[in-house]
Amino acid sequence: MERFYEVMFIVRPDIEDADVDKLIAGLEQTITNGGGNLRSTEKLGRRKLAYTVRKFNDGNYVLLTVDADGKLVAELERRLRVSEPVIKFITVRMDEEEKRLNKIKAIRATRKKISAQVPAAAPVAPAAPVAAPVEAAEPVAEATPATA
Amino acid sequence: MADETTPQRAPESGSHSHGPSSSGPGGAGPRTGGPRSGGPGGPGGPGGRKFFRRKKVCKFCTEKIDAIPYRDVRLLQGFVAERGKIVPRRLTGVCTTHQRRLTRAIKQARNIALLAFAARY
Repeated sequence: MERFYEVMFIVRPDIEDADVDKLIAGLEQTITNGGGNLRSTEKLGRRKLAYTVRKFNDGNYVLLTVDADGKLVAELERRLRVSEPVIKFITVRMDEEEKRLNKIKAIRATRKKISAQVPAAAPVAPAAPVAAPVEAAEPVAEATPATA
Repeated sequence: MADETTPQRAPESGSHSHGPSSSGPGGAGPRTGGPRSGGPGGPGGPGGRKFFRRKKVCKFCTEKIDAIPYRDVRLLQGFVAERGKIVPRRLTGVCTTHQRRLTRAIKQARNIALLAFAARY
């Protein structure tokens, strides 16, 4: 069963960008070799860390979204732990969250569809009632002078 | 009936005067005082105040924010105190489900050095 994970890790700030790319490519290889799928790579850039990690005060943040199974994630984490430029990493499982979000979006979409059908009738309807009160106003206005 | 019984009880036991005489209205007191303190205690929080504050609404419920990602530091920083502590929900007015998710996100953010564990010596 493919699960969906977000892996965020921090690379030392004194590592070149080219080396960061090499590192990411190496991890990508690991993922594809293990049968996973890398959804996206995001480099969040250099940020100041909230606390000192291994005597560094800022670091390069990288975010990977991966479709993988547990064993592959364990392997990926092992590589991150072992690799020298990576100072911190966190893996968050996102598939349940994604399921929940999709469910909410689906509910909202159905709700919108129902209410979209009503405004489909309603733009016709407000157009009609807008026209209708105008028409109603006119006949009433006509009627009242007629009655009056 | 209670008025009839309490004068009889009071002369009976002098040492127990606090007991039965207070159990008359006192028995009814804590019973109504319990749920009563649960009323203003719900939204306001027992801060020792008699009046309760205006009902704070959950920011996430009103803005319909579904997911609270740990990456969104600016959002999380609104719920973290100056020293880095997580602000209790009776002060922020967040509902329980969102507070739990928020706590989880804050702890994840702390782990990845986006938020501090403890700030300001």
